[in-house]
Amino acid sequence: MYTQFLDQLKRSLGVTKKDIRIYYFKGPVISFGLLMPLFLFLAFLIGSRNLSTDFLISGLIGMTLFFTATAVSPIIAPWEAQLQTLERLISAPISVATLIFGDMLASLIFGIGISLVPLIIGLFIGINVIYPIILISGIILAGVCFSSLGLLLSTPPTNAPSNIMMISSLVRFPVVFISGIFIPLGNMSFWGKIVASLSPLTYFADLTRYCIGGTSYYSILFDFMALITFTVLFFVLAVKLHQRTIYKRL
Amino acid sequence: MENVVEVQNLTKIYDSLVAVDHINFNVEKGEIFGFLGPNGAGKTTTTRMLTGIIRPNEGNAKILGYDIQKEPLKAKQNIGVVPETSNAYVDLSAWQNMMLMAELYGIPKKEAVKRAEKFLERLGLYERQNSKVKGFSKGMKQRLILCMALINDPILIFLDEPTSGLDVQSSRVIRDILLEFPKEGKTIFLTTHNMDEANHLCDRVAIINHGKIAAIDRPATLKNMIKRLNSVEISFDSIIKTETLSEIPYIRNITKEGDKFIISTEDVDNLIHSLADFAESRKLKIINLNTMAPSLEEVFIKLTRET
Repeated sequence: MYTQFLDQLKRSLGVTKKDIRIYYFKGPVISFGLLMPLFLFLAFLIGSRNLSTDFLISGLIGMTLFFTATAVSPIIAPWEAQLQTLERLISAPISVATLIFGDMLASLIFGIGISLVPLIIGLFIGINVIYPIILISGIILAGVCFSSLGLLLSTPPTNAPSNIMMISSLVRFPVVFISGIFIPLGNMSFWGKIVASLSPLTYFADLTRYCIGGTSYYSILFDFMALITFTVLFFVLAVKLHQRTIYKRL
Repeated sequence: MENVVEVQNLTKIYDSLVAVDHINFNVEKGEIFGFLGPNGAGKTTTTRMLTGIIRPNEGNAKILGYDIQKEPLKAKQNIGVVPETSNAYVDLSAWQNMMLMAELYGIPKKEAVKRAEKFLERLGLYERQNSKVKGFSKGMKQRLILCMALINDPILIFLDEPTSGLDVQSSRVIRDILLEFPKEGKTIFLTTHNMDEANHLCDRVAIINHGKIAAIDRPATLKNMIKRLNSVEISFDSIIKTETLSEIPYIRNITKEGDKFIISTEDVDNLIHSLADFAESRKLKIINLNTMAPSLEEVFIKLTRET
């Protein structure tokens, strides 16, 4: 059982490598991953000049990780079903969980890689990371969480990537606006806080602010626990739903 | 004889359409098993169920002793699949596609490199191993798909129309390789439209129509199933009118095909003697004389019309 688990884990790296080569390691994808959150951030910056750099950079890191980790992962399954390469993967001796895990790893690597850019920019303009280990752990955990969410968004059994992109956009954009990226959680109304608590990005943004600014709305332990809960929920749901729908794509 | 494929009551229903209807058959180890049928008969659906790509609604299939539904990973570990449409990753090189397959099958790197080099060389793709597949011709893609299917050194290989639409050279390379497999103890499950291919390659064939198996047997036995008039093909050194030949006894029907006449008869022996007498009386030379047995294609047409 343990050997089989390790064996499948190793095979998932093949899927990861394939995804990175085909979907992520491309100029337009990398540019999009960087520019999309940056433009959103600049639009926000122009409208609200009274917030601290620490608040803004931590929000930018959160937004970048969220957008990049959920950018490509939703379209891999419908895209591969359309090109009939999904059939090739299904005929191989790998489980659906292995396939999803491989896709998740590729998305995680991409998300972390791109998120380092705003962090480095922040360091250049003078922000101080007070708790670097917590920040790195948070980025990895949130990367897994957001990547799993991306894969969850791709479970509807359609082979048209545009349909999935539409569903994905309908979820991703509202999530960014309710997660305390642009408005501090403490300034939100009661109902605003309730809605924010339903988003995993809220906890990552809060955690990032703690690591950079030293203050957070929730306790760090609570942020981690919430992120872990969302991660497990998204990944398990993604695997279960893909197990049901993947055969309908073929 | 050991069975490598055991199919029992396998059924697939799409909405209200019964694509495959309670089929039963076995494939023996080391044989080339042909799976024939007209378009939409259920060939590809059956192959996809046997390779674990789609799930049946009813019945089960054992592949190399493992139930493809209950133990799919074990069943898939030692099979190779060449699907109907080329599905290599076009944005990867031939070599990267091979290595991806090796990783998915858990082949150690050193062994994977050895096998990839061997198969790419054997199928004439070694020189193009670092080229992206998007620049490959259909024949090259299909040869690469076969290479990818062989990377795990499979015991059983499923091929769905492997030579369909290919140039003569690619078809020949693939057929030559297929003929080598039984010598290595490998079994081939070959889905094809090509009667000539099935006739020359297969030890046994199953004919499927409207989702049901119409017949399973050796090609020669299937040909004998058809009771039909025997035919004689003949050509002379001079032009002869069809009406002139019709005077000869024992002839049921004559058709002219190019410089040859195809004559159907109930009595081959007497017809040949009569044709020889006819040629001698008219000082004609017989250039070609053949007796003709029913072809697998005729068997196929007859069976698929009946079911």
